[in-house]
Amino acid sequence: MARPPRIPESEITPERLYLGRRDFLALGAGGAVGAAALTSAIARAATPAGTPLSAVKKQNFAGDEKPNTLDEITHYNNFYELGTDKEDPAVHAGSLKPRPWQIAVEGEIKKPRIFDIDELMKLFPLEERIYRMRCVEAWSMVIPWLGFPLGDFLRRLEPTSKAKYVAFTTLFDPAQLPGQQRAVLQWPYVEGLRIDEATHPLAMLAVGLYGQTLLGQNGAPIRLVAPWKYGFKGIKSIVKIRLVADQPPTSWNLSAPHEYGFYANVNPAVDHPRWSQAKERRIGEFGRRKTLPFNGYADQVASLYSGLDLAKNF
Amino acid sequence: MALDKNKLRLIKSVAFAALLMPIARIAFQLWRHTLGADPVAITLNRLGFWTLTFLLSSLACTPMKSLTGWTWPLRLRRMIGLFAFFYAALHLTTYAVVDQQLDWHDIFADIVKRKFITIGFAAFLLLVPLAVTSTDGWVRRLGFKRWKRIHRLVYVAAVLGVLHFIWRVKADLLEPVVFAGVLLVLFLMRILDALQSKKG
Repeated sequence: MARPPRIPESEITPERLYLGRRDFLALGAGGAVGAAALTSAIARAATPAGTPLSAVKKQNFAGDEKPNTLDEITHYNNFYELGTDKEDPAVHAGSLKPRPWQIAVEGEIKKPRIFDIDELMKLFPLEERIYRMRCVEAWSMVIPWLGFPLGDFLRRLEPTSKAKYVAFTTLFDPAQLPGQQRAVLQWPYVEGLRIDEATHPLAMLAVGLYGQTLLGQNGAPIRLVAPWKYGFKGIKSIVKIRLVADQPPTSWNLSAPHEYGFYANVNPAVDHPRWSQAKERRIGEFGRRKTLPFNGYADQVASLYSGLDLAKNF
Repeated sequence: MALDKNKLRLIKSVAFAALLMPIARIAFQLWRHTLGADPVAITLNRLGFWTLTFLLSSLACTPMKSLTGWTWPLRLRRMIGLFAFFYAALHLTTYAVVDQQLDWHDIFADIVKRKFITIGFAAFLLLVPLAVTSTDGWVRRLGFKRWKRIHRLVYVAAVLGVLHFIWRVKADLLEPVVFAGVLLVLFLMRILDALQSKKG
């Protein structure tokens, strides 16, 4: 698929006009035809480039599966804080300012403190890791992330013996994340992992992809990647990491507890109440392929859940 | 307001072209590869959106006539209804052929197990007899009264269609709720209309 041409800033429809497109719905059929023509022209805004990053180590965790294109990865996103349509985040990403950025670490650790994102990126050597990403909506991608193991970071914080879970929080700032002006979910977005999941070598904090810093739509400047779990666990634009004793609340679980569990491990045998999880569509393909247990990472992570009923703890 | 033949023909041609626009746009974008990263999902969503839009538009013709006194909306009703059926059929075909690759086992499981698919499918089935009996010949054969009664099924189909959308979305209910609101207003207008004509 060809990359779209770069569109100069001046040609991009102002956000006000873009957001206004929904007003057409209220006008009924006649207006809707016009609205449709309008949306198409603006759905694909130009991709601003990130800053180049280099990796000390490159590892492929997706076998011979081809990574998705940068265009696909940056124009098909679920990041409700930047809009609920798949193409919204790319359009609205400009409002999110990834610098300056600070991440507070607190809770059951030796010394709570605040890290600057640039400091953090110097502390840990960046690795490139090609992972499969399986969305709970039954589509998937292959993404070359850049980042560092979450476990390395957590160990540096020296968790106390009471630290059993890790709780993450996304930035709350409706000016930067305009989707937060509407209560589609409870804001800010929160996620969590059990400490043994968080320190598993596959869990990472990503700061880039395809050799450059993350764009807003992918969760700039820092996000979680846990490739054996559904994509919604990968909380974006993190401002707080808190180590806690009890299982923390998680956003989609709060929104629909019978549909989204705390674990959210990729599991073809446990359907979402409204759709099957047995198959998925790889973005860029037409049909569907079989979904693998733990998204194909069962050999590495299945032992974390021995003795746990995965149908109940979905 | 009386309509002369030429004016009606013009209105019908413009409506026909407008009703074709969404599918023309999908086809154009598929050809140009500008339908986004998941063209199957986007095609499905758009076809579903336009099915509901046209179904509700066909229901809006009568209230529009009683509001404005214009008669031309009524003359478009059949065309809009048939286009709604056309988009519904394309929506279902895209799901079965492209999305599910005619995997009958999975399609059957979806229809039985997923309530949003169950009612979406039911809504489509309800539209089939309406499309078939949409001709003047069938109106004559059934008699207008009986034909009209059968065609009231469209209300059921519209309610199921909107529910299908509501049950499908993950969290952002804005669009399906707008559809539900429009449908509710259309129902209320009809009830008011019926009450008034009873009084009169």
